[in-house]
Amino acid sequence: MQLVLEKRAERSTKIAILSPLLAIALTLVTMSILFAILGKNPVAALIVYFVEPLTDSFTLMEIAVKATPLVMIAIGLSLCYLANVWNIGAEGQFIMGAVCGSFLAVVTNGTDAGPWVLPAMLLMGAAGGALWALIPALCKVKFGANEILTSLMLVYVADLIMDYLVRGPWRDPKGMNFPTTASFDPVATVPTLFETGRIHWGALVALIVVALATVMLGRTIKGFEIRVVGAAPRAARFAGFNSKRLVLFTFAVSGALAGLAGIIEVAGPVGVLQPGISPGYGFTAIIVAFLGRLNPVGILIAGLFLALTFIGGEGAQISMKIPLDLTKVFQGILLFYVLACDSLILYRIRLIASQKKAAQGSIHGTA
Amino acid sequence: MKKLMMTAAAAALAIVATGFSASAAEKLKVGFIYLGPVGDLGWTYMHELGRQAMVKELGDKVETTYLENVSEGPDSERSIEQLARTGHQLIFTTSFGYMDPTLKVAKKYPKIKFEHATGFKNAPNMGTYSGRFYEGRYIQGVIAGKMSKTGTLGYIASFPIPEVISGINATILGAQTTNPNIKLKVIWVNTWFDPGKEADAAKALADQGADVIMQHTDSPAAMQVAAQRGIYAFGQDSDMIKFGPKTQLTSIVNNWGPYYTRAAKAALAGTWKAEDTWDGLKEKMVVMAPYTNMPDDVKALAQKTEAAIIGGTLHPFKCPVLGQDGKAVECKGANLEPGQILGMNFYVKGVDDKIPGK
Repeated sequence: MQLVLEKRAERSTKIAILSPLLAIALTLVTMSILFAILGKNPVAALIVYFVEPLTDSFTLMEIAVKATPLVMIAIGLSLCYLANVWNIGAEGQFIMGAVCGSFLAVVTNGTDAGPWVLPAMLLMGAAGGALWALIPALCKVKFGANEILTSLMLVYVADLIMDYLVRGPWRDPKGMNFPTTASFDPVATVPTLFETGRIHWGALVALIVVALATVMLGRTIKGFEIRVVGAAPRAARFAGFNSKRLVLFTFAVSGALAGLAGIIEVAGPVGVLQPGISPGYGFTAIIVAFLGRLNPVGILIAGLFLALTFIGGEGAQISMKIPLDLTKVFQGILLFYVLACDSLILYRIRLIASQKKAAQGSIHGTA
Repeated sequence: MKKLMMTAAAAALAIVATGFSASAAEKLKVGFIYLGPVGDLGWTYMHELGRQAMVKELGDKVETTYLENVSEGPDSERSIEQLARTGHQLIFTTSFGYMDPTLKVAKKYPKIKFEHATGFKNAPNMGTYSGRFYEGRYIQGVIAGKMSKTGTLGYIASFPIPEVISGINATILGAQTTNPNIKLKVIWVNTWFDPGKEADAAKALADQGADVIMQHTDSPAAMQVAAQRGIYAFGQDSDMIKFGPKTQLTSIVNNWGPYYTRAAKAALAGTWKAEDTWDGLKEKMVVMAPYTNMPDDVKALAQKTEAAIIGGTLHPFKCPVLGQDGKAVECKGANLEPGQILGMNFYVKGVDDKIPGK
């Protein structure tokens, strides 16, 4: 007797829809067991995680604040991944966007610069992120360098450039030598949407990005090109699509979105440029992109869901004294199940009596 | 009828009010925001021990909550506000980077009491607290001057903020009392906690001839390197003797428990005020770990120095204080003013380094 994964003749659409739900269900079961082991009531814990944050305007707004950069970055990354281009360095593009946009905020600090400052900052942030992303893209196109490595390595370079700036030339003269710029002026700050709460205009920008990406992928030639190059490179060549130019395009767009997210985050909720502006948004967004099945609306939902786990995890720390590590375990388990369940879209599990049969056109698995 | 309803409403209000104040009088909810994980064996761990000491002392008069690993970026304001919204009446934010977020939340919740560690901004409901760690540094300097054979000390520094610079200065001023020709080499690692970088810095300092390593970073990595090299080191934040049983001379231990207990008691009694607290050896916010691995005469000298600082007869920054260029720093009284130490941005004579970015 043996369990094998057998390739399906065609993708199962039913499973494609069911798979994330199954993954979430399995995650909930696993988490309940973990809560029970820790001596916490699983039902109460799950309510604190998933229901309480949704019943209060403060936490709802905070979920949106947390999801905004994740969604924006993940949309950009999904374009790359659909085209089979592997940008892993969104974190660095996020930081470079924040740095380039902050330049204006720093030089105009304390002057009577007009309302042009913020729009210009956003443009410079997007441009900075795009240019930073084009470095690995050009290296790939010109020299065949592996973009996974180059884009990832540039994260640390970006981080150190920011580090240098906030410790040296951009340091707040009144800041007691702490590595931070002066607080941005109101003209250099992304306004909040309401009197109370931290939700800001960036959340609307993220929604617009989702809408634009949906239209582009679904209704334009460019979107078609991205899909074809990713799914069938040979067919794309016959169709006359230039895959090198597409590498540059997808990297530039995803870099611009990450950079825009970076400057919005710095000019919005943070209000200064300082080390630690990103608690790993660029990397978490990779999870968001795949959790959302590289689909813009899916990414929006996935971003909000992941933000919910952050906020809910904080609530669990406060009201049930559940350690933060469990929230991280939770996110890891979720990704694990999502990827595991995804294999069911292309494969089916079968119980086979003897090894002889199993060898015929099927893949051995430990499932 | 109207009157009856008014009475009923007033009674209901009174019940709610008394119920509320009764429960508030019973238990004070105290919240903590931590930078690292509670198990970092350094900065956050010591705050956690402080919280535990407070709970032990006050028992069921307090209920405490902590949020750990709160980054100083966009998340901290939300985390602080989460505590404020969930009924915590006294909130300690335990890292410098929480200063502006704490101030923002304090303005939004004027009835909640906030205490921010190591910062310089305050509000009617937001006080600050920190330790006079330079007092311990001075004692370490005195010991190091005696113990170093090469006459070179190695100092692993985090960020060029006044607290770190005053620590470096106090160290060399202490060391000069026992070895006038002592040299101090500084390596800036630009982090509070990075065992890899701290170990590299310790190795580099040892290679440059330093035979006593001291650190203003939080991990025991430097202590372990010093143990391997067979040289001496000082611990930081907590007693790190188990990482270097034959290496540690002493350690500056951050002892927050008495302060947390005092602040919570004041909040319970209704006497809490936003103050700038800066306690040292005398108040036991700064405590020296046992003096180990040194001859008895050095140990006696260290104890004498400690007693003199506690007794107020010795001040590490006694005037005249000479700057790096040899000129005396402006002095109004017998010692440097607290403000001059809290905002220290110059090296004293003898430090072989330049303040980064200056």
